[in-house]
Amino acid sequence: MIQFILKGIVRDKNRSLLPIIIVALGVTLTVFLSGYLAGVFQDVIQQNARFETGHVKIMSKAYAQNKDQLPIDLALLETDKLKDELQAEYPDMQWVQRIKFGGLLDVPDDEGNSRSQGPAAVMAVSLLSENTQELDRLNIRNSIIKGNLPKENGEVLISNDFADKLEIEIGDEITYVGATMYGSMAFQNYTISGTVKFGNIGFDRGAVIMDISDAQQILNMENGATEILGFFNNEQYQSESAEDIVKKFNAQYENTGDEFAPEMQSLEDQNGLGEILAYSNYMSQIIVTVLILAMSVVLWNTGLLGGLRRYKEYGIRLALGESKGSIYRKSIIEAILIGAIGSIFGTLFGLLATYYMQEVGLDISDLLNQSSMIMPSTIRAKIIPSQLYIGFIPGLVAMVLGNMLSGMGIYKRETAHLFKELEV
Amino acid sequence: MKTLLKISLIGLLILISFFAQAQITADQVLDKVKDNMNANSTITESKMVIRGKRNTREIVSKGYAEGNEKSFTEYLSPEREKGTKMLKLEDKLWIYNPSTDRTIQLSGHMLRQSVMGSDLSYEDMMEDRELKEIYEATIVGEEKIGDRNCYVLELNAIVEDVSYQIRKTWVDTERFVPLKEDLFAKSGQLLKRVKLEDVKEIDGRWYPTKINYKDMLMSGEGTDFIVLDIQFNPEIPDYIFNKASLKR
Repeated sequence: MIQFILKGIVRDKNRSLLPIIIVALGVTLTVFLSGYLAGVFQDVIQQNARFETGHVKIMSKAYAQNKDQLPIDLALLETDKLKDELQAEYPDMQWVQRIKFGGLLDVPDDEGNSRSQGPAAVMAVSLLSENTQELDRLNIRNSIIKGNLPKENGEVLISNDFADKLEIEIGDEITYVGATMYGSMAFQNYTISGTVKFGNIGFDRGAVIMDISDAQQILNMENGATEILGFFNNEQYQSESAEDIVKKFNAQYENTGDEFAPEMQSLEDQNGLGEILAYSNYMSQIIVTVLILAMSVVLWNTGLLGGLRRYKEYGIRLALGESKGSIYRKSIIEAILIGAIGSIFGTLFGLLATYYMQEVGLDISDLLNQSSMIMPSTIRAKIIPSQLYIGFIPGLVAMVLGNMLSGMGIYKRETAHLFKELEV
Repeated sequence: MKTLLKISLIGLLILISFFAQAQITADQVLDKVKDNMNANSTITESKMVIRGKRNTREIVSKGYAEGNEKSFTEYLSPEREKGTKMLKLEDKLWIYNPSTDRTIQLSGHMLRQSVMGSDLSYEDMMEDRELKEIYEATIVGEEKIGDRNCYVLELNAIVEDVSYQIRKTWVDTERFVPLKEDLFAKSGQLLKRVKLEDVKEIDGRWYPTKINYKDMLMSGEGTDFIVLDIQFNPEIPDYIFNKASLKR
């Protein structure tokens, strides 16, 4: 029977073409939007995790309360010991120390006077130690525009835009002016080893990246760091595991009155990322529901038009003795087949559109010029496994629902009046 | 008769002096404070006690000043600060650091940063205009600070580019030394409180030798600025107030 209906669908294009096009369009939209949102949310979360929050982050309790101000005087001390303890306790994670601080970069002229200046946001990570994962995690190697990675202490990377603004080149010397963690003046000369561009507006505006040992020395923060970040070994955030680790770790320091005791926060506890994660989970469901409703109305209407066009056919079939239920069931099976065909085409087109947006992306850097949020400057979609089936839900449900509603007309036909109707 | 005349004259003088004092204007108070606190030049050796969250630091420095517009400070201790020098000429501020051998001019937002981790900002140090030029002062009452009677002055800014829109100052009615000052933002929020203590008579003038600056937006007890030694109107060679002296 299915083969018979399929032949009908293929041969009678007036019956199937418009519904297939409508289903395919809706499914394309569902599949693409689902991949697009997955890409955007994953990018935002991963960028935040790598640059800012880790999968979990440890700070001193006092620092955590004022973390937006980067209060280096409230940094964690004896971090080497704490890091070793964490590595032993949670071997499924990698633990890294980071220091973030601000200051002024001053570029001297030939006579040693200030030629140009600018406020700098410094991120100190492990650049020089052997087997450091930070270079890959922050994608530093691939982000270098000019020059090289620092090879020794005293060499730093600077964001390409910032270097252009300060009019400095590779090999130039700059002076950092700021304060130590105890408030003393901090002055240090550094050599520019390379310029970087992360595609992240916040960092590209005025970032300096240096080795953590250089930062500890200039900030008088020996064996200290403002943050210890934890990353799952597979670099994928695992919400439940992270929450368990946070609870277990914080329980050790719950009743201490020490404001410098460590406090752990999960990715979801920081920068509103918990809301973004929850939002991303619900978003696909919302899109599918909206599209099912919208497409059902359109397909209902299409079904009604089809029903009118096939009014005579249904009448003859009823006159020949086919039951109303049989006609109704066959029209539903027909709808399922049309929905499946439309969904296959829609999924294919949706995946192609997603792939295009994944590879090419959409540059939104102009919109982010004044933004301080960690956002990728190019939005990219991402192909995810659920895209293979998510389109079939609205595709099939809307088509069947539309036909079920329009097919109700079959039951309103009265057999006694059929011949009279058909004469007309 | 003569005795009666004498008593009447003395009574009249007391009355006149009382009347004159009662009629003193806010501007006159500011003039007297300026005469007492300011000198053509000063050389000051001082200690700054900075209380941080984790430790307390003491920084000793020697400062040379000519009027309000020129000043030169050399930090003497501790080791990390030793040799750092600051030169202020009118609205420009340079800092010399011996370890990098760099002289850097501070400007923009850096001037709002804290000086050596204290509760004092570079901007506070830079203000060299006379109070009368930038504020309209009124006496709003009299209060006691400790056992000293004080005029309470309210100063409202009459120019735009001031760090503090309103200042409330308590000035000793007898010695014309400010003993307390509250500094407010335009919104009325109290930003800083300055307490001036240990007032001593030095070279015929009353001078506070301990000043506590407290940033009211931060916790802690504030920063003490303690005058170890001060000379009024000494001769200061011109080369001191020159950029070249920073590297000397």
